Amino acid sequence: MATNRDTEWRRELRDALTAKERTSIPRAKMPMLAPDYRIHTNEEVNLGLSTSQAREEATRCLDCPDPQCVTGCPVGIDIPGFIKNIQRGCPGEAAAVLRTTSALPAVCGRVCPQERQCESKCIYNKMKKPPVAIGWLERFAADAERDMAEKPAVELTVPNGRKVAVAGSGPCALSFAGDMAKRGYDVTVFEALHEIGGVLKYGIPEFRLPNAVVDAELDSLRALGVKFETDTIVGKTLGYDELLERGYEALFVASGAGLPRFMGIPGENYINILSSNEYLTRINLMHAGTEGYATPVPRGARVAVIGGGNTAMDSVRTALRMGAEKAFLVYRRSEDEMPARREEVEHAKEEGVEFMTLSNPVEYLADERGRVRAMRVQRMQLGEPDASGRRSPVPIEGAIDEIPVDVVIVSVGVSPNPLIPDSIDGLDVTKRGTIAVNESLQSSIPLIFAGGDIVRGGATVILAMGDGRHAAAEMDKYLSSK
Amino acid sequence: MNKILEKEHFSERVVKLVVEAPLIARSRRPGHFVIVIPDAKGERIPLTIADADKERGTITLVIQAIGASTEKICSFEPGQYLHDVVGPLGRATHIEKRGTVVCCGGGVGVAPLLPIIRAMKEAGNRVISVLAARTKDLIILEKQVAEYSDEVIIMTDDGSYGNKGLVTEGVEKVLLREPVQEVVTIGPAIMMKFVAKLTEKYNVPTTCSLNTIMVDGTGMCGACRITVDGRMRFVCVDGPEFDAHKVDFDEMLMRLRAYN
Repeated sequence: MATNRDTEWRRELRDALTAKERTSIPRAKMPMLAPDYRIHTNEEVNLGLSTSQAREEATRCLDCPDPQCVTGCPVGIDIPGFIKNIQRGCPGEAAAVLRTTSALPAVCGRVCPQERQCESKCIYNKMKKPPVAIGWLERFAADAERDMAEKPAVELTVPNGRKVAVAGSGPCALSFAGDMAKRGYDVTVFEALHEIGGVLKYGIPEFRLPNAVVDAELDSLRALGVKFETDTIVGKTLGYDELLERGYEALFVASGAGLPRFMGIPGENYINILSSNEYLTRINLMHAGTEGYATPVPRGARVAVIGGGNTAMDSVRTALRMGAEKAFLVYRRSEDEMPARREEVEHAKEEGVEFMTLSNPVEYLADERGRVRAMRVQRMQLGEPDASGRRSPVPIEGAIDEIPVDVVIVSVGVSPNPLIPDSIDGLDVTKRGTIAVNESLQSSIPLIFAGGDIVRGGATVILAMGDGRHAAAEMDKYLSSK
Repeated sequence: MNKILEKEHFSERVVKLVVEAPLIARSRRPGHFVIVIPDAKGERIPLTIADADKERGTITLVIQAIGASTEKICSFEPGQYLHDVVGPLGRATHIEKRGTVVCCGGGVGVAPLLPIIRAMKEAGNRVISVLAARTKDLIILEKQVAEYSDEVIIMTDDGSYGNKGLVTEGVEKVLLREPVQEVVTIGPAIMMKFVAKLTEKYNVPTTCSLNTIMVDGTGMCGACRITVDGRMRFVCVDGPEFDAHKVDFDEMLMRLRAYN
């Protein structure tokens, strides 16, 4: 996709307004559902920019000669290239620019932590002005493409007749699959669950990332020739050797971060204390709480969510939608240290989520049937910065409170899933249990590459996608040289 | 979608299904389980694989109707489909020649015990099987168990068949009589708890196979977590078999009531 900054239309757009005129345009405001309405529905909170909003926001972009935003993007999206296409009224072209580097633009536009990536590098920050809303524009372009009556024809690569397999179907796997299909490979994605999409389906809730958006991205991949098999666990249902017997030349493992972590405190196995993975899977994947579905989920008036990441935000906001009277976060540091996206924190607050910061559960108490009824919380204060650069929480001696709760959702991180590492002989793992890879994302078995959380141990959608792209390039190089 | 090829009623509430699942039939070993989703809006439930036929590409499941989902599965007829079957999951049973092995199964637990009995016998062990149930009609697979056992002891609560008494009494009779190198037990959690208590007294290594609440069955959700030897373990990926003397059965029994 040619997005040369020197093309005539780009120059015309730049010359049409002065930098001063552009920078005086205020940042767009995302239209969204009202908080008192949305906590009773699963509908997507952000409604998306209108065309005129998007074009005006795109006008703010100065089309810098040395765009720093691109350096903040883990997959190196040509950000000014797609934004200027929006400005000139060609959202389809904008989407095509996105597609050259990202298999899932409609997803990234919704879930990436832009404030820490592209938008943090935007020139506007230096002018003490809010950065260009790159994420919202990305979403606009991807959604516009999806809603087009006539989709732009997919340019199919000539098949090279070589089969590769992918274990997992989350963002890393999908990004890999898309890139390999574009290179002409015959790609089959094997998913352990009964739905394709990994964390995009079981983890991230509908109100933040509708399943229809994910399904549209999957359709784009199918159009490229990618095949999907559900209910298939590589290493269990189909062994690595069997894949080779079936003509697959290589395997990419992107099976994600499986095991939920718990804190190891007394009473943590009481009934109605569950991991965020379990809570979100029951609701998002299994549709617990929706009429007619068989899967149950604990409900209660007072729901506590332990943690401060995006998954914690998703869980606590889900709890509100499941009818909790009081849903609150318990986080051991202060709000400034929370790893969650800022937008999720703001949305959670608007919806009435309470933030109990500088607090850490130390014990759970149950009723006579083993159902949690209260938690003992140690109050904390901030001390010296730790290895992560964040000020570490230190207990305040004697400051322990007992707080009544009906349901507790533990969202303190995940560990790598041992399922695949355990079932493939000769596959080296690190001390942390992640698959060991070299800088080409190649494992100790040369025909197996790996990426995403099974290598990183827990990261974001976009970093996982970056790995997928990287692994595709490296695997292609490796197989081509053989 | 997995087609049901055969159905047999073992008792009013216990049904055997033979289901098409060629990949699972090829790769499963004794001790493995599958996750089944009965229909489009169904939940994911774990079921231990009772048998498999590689050539035919089928697995055998034995299901006791104890809740809405198992009742639904038991109501299916040959020709109908299970919406999803995924596996094989869990770690396979460790089979080796130990000497004398007592395999004791309660109720529907005899079904997943059968492949272990067979494998233990084929590995050269002397196998004594103790089958227990409330009443005569609930004793299942006796003939198949007998085929691979040196001795079969039947225990019924009401004395309607075999010996009257609990499974532990049948096991204790053997332990008093001869040296036993290992006990394998599969059945209701409460039964396994008491078998474990008994064999601990006699210092006989004992393996139990646990059936907890699960969602994904692949380590992702933690619903199946239990405490073994003071450590949190996940039944789906660390089990389903554990050293019965180290399992906190009381906590597990409590957790099994989460949705009751």
